[in-house]
Amino acid sequence: MPLPYYVSPEQMMKDKAEYARKGISRGKAIVAIEYRDGILLVAENPSTLLHKISEIYDRIAFAGVGKYNEFENLRVAGVRHADVKGYSYSRGDVSAKSLANAYSQGLGNIFTQDIKPFEVEVLVCEVGEGDGGKNEIYHILYDGTIEDEKNYAAMGGQSDEIRRYLKENFQEGLDLAAAIQLGVRALMVTQNKSLTERDLEVAVLDRTKERRKFRRIPAEVLHQLLTPGA
Amino acid sequence: MTPERWQAAFSDYSTSSFSDYLRHAAPHLLPTPEPAARPAASDGHVAGVPHGTTVLALRYRDGVVMAGDRQASEGYQVAHRRIEKLFKSDDLSAVGIAGAAGPAMEMARLFQTELEHYEKVEGENLSLDGKANRLGAMIRANLPMAMQGLVVVPIFAGFDERAGVGRLFKYDVTGGRYEETDYFAQGSGGKDARDSLKKRFRRDMSRDEAVRAALEALLDAADEDLGTGGPDFQRGIFPTVKTISRSGITDLTDDDVRRHLEAILSDRGRN
Repeated sequence: MPLPYYVSPEQMMKDKAEYARKGISRGKAIVAIEYRDGILLVAENPSTLLHKISEIYDRIAFAGVGKYNEFENLRVAGVRHADVKGYSYSRGDVSAKSLANAYSQGLGNIFTQDIKPFEVEVLVCEVGEGDGGKNEIYHILYDGTIEDEKNYAAMGGQSDEIRRYLKENFQEGLDLAAAIQLGVRALMVTQNKSLTERDLEVAVLDRTKERRKFRRIPAEVLHQLLTPGA
Repeated sequence: MTPERWQAAFSDYSTSSFSDYLRHAAPHLLPTPEPAARPAASDGHVAGVPHGTTVLALRYRDGVVMAGDRQASEGYQVAHRRIEKLFKSDDLSAVGIAGAAGPAMEMARLFQTELEHYEKVEGENLSLDGKANRLGAMIRANLPMAMQGLVVVPIFAGFDERAGVGRLFKYDVTGGRYEETDYFAQGSGGKDARDSLKKRFRRDMSRDEAVRAALEALLDAADEDLGTGGPDFQRGIFPTVKTISRSGITDLTDDDVRRHLEAILSDRGRN
């Protein structure tokens, strides 16, 4: 009987992590930026039908980079988690924190137990209610690592450079147009071409909205917001 | 990968339906039939359970008007004076509940979640027919409870974006779904409200005319039916009225409803 190959646990984890990171770095990036009225999400995504940014619940949004079928699975699982919780308790009891923990558990389990890890990173954002409400941004990695971010977050291909750019240029209390322009400039740091509204998917969690805070910014509006001086 | 495994992605029909998901993931959260604690009264109502009484819907030029009185009754007693019977189910549709108030409100809540869940998972809204069918399925699921006397028979109305018109549906206890072309009223005062609407309904009424017809019908129902609450000027309790059109759902304010009612009552006093 042939002996199974011995691979040390360290080596196995390293290989898996490298595999996942490679897959993620091939994808296009997404940034999240806190602005005056909530949280803005900007993704480089030429498709208008396959979304990377979506609504999870009243105050919660989801963004995923990497393999589409994998983060789409996570998104639907998140919608279910939130809807079941909101239905069995109350709408106010659905929180980004518990959802982010669920993602972290799920991704962590897949990373350690499955042969192939998920090649995804996700952001879970929750906008605070009212004027003093605090926003929450959770960043969950392919291996279940979870971080909470302040002011801005970036993930996907070459996100380190994007994060560095945001660190230097972020200001508090930006209005929507300024925040979008900052987000688009950040995404352009890593490439030579300029991005137009046709290459972008933009959505906000807008705390001035009633109940469901999630709102997509359509291409026409985006065009106006991206044109300086308009 | 075996063929069965990849095919599962296609045969899992519960992916966009919240109630189907609950049925297999957390069945204890679904409103399930309870064993009969006591036999139904001879009129089919369980004693001691509040019942919603009159809700109605009628079409007008730009969509649908829905209205409902505010009273819940327990036999000959008033159970609640300020109950809400109209529930916004999404941006373009609403449910008016009649029958056993508890299960009906639970059903409305489940229905709201169902529509929102579908919209979020699929990225687009269900068609109005699709929504009406889903509600029918929920009423059918309630049949065992209906047999115990906890009957729920809502009205469903909404704006059909594809057809560009307002539409309304009534249901029977088995989940049967019937579309009405002009108007319908349900509940203990439903017959009186229907009689009233029959005389006043015209095609292509303006919003104000339709709201007035709806409120006249509720007044007539409150006049004839013990279970239906009339407007209460002293406590400031007025019927709920919603209009549903292409631009969404609008609630009439209590002040607007009061103004309409005062006009109607002063016209009636004059005759």
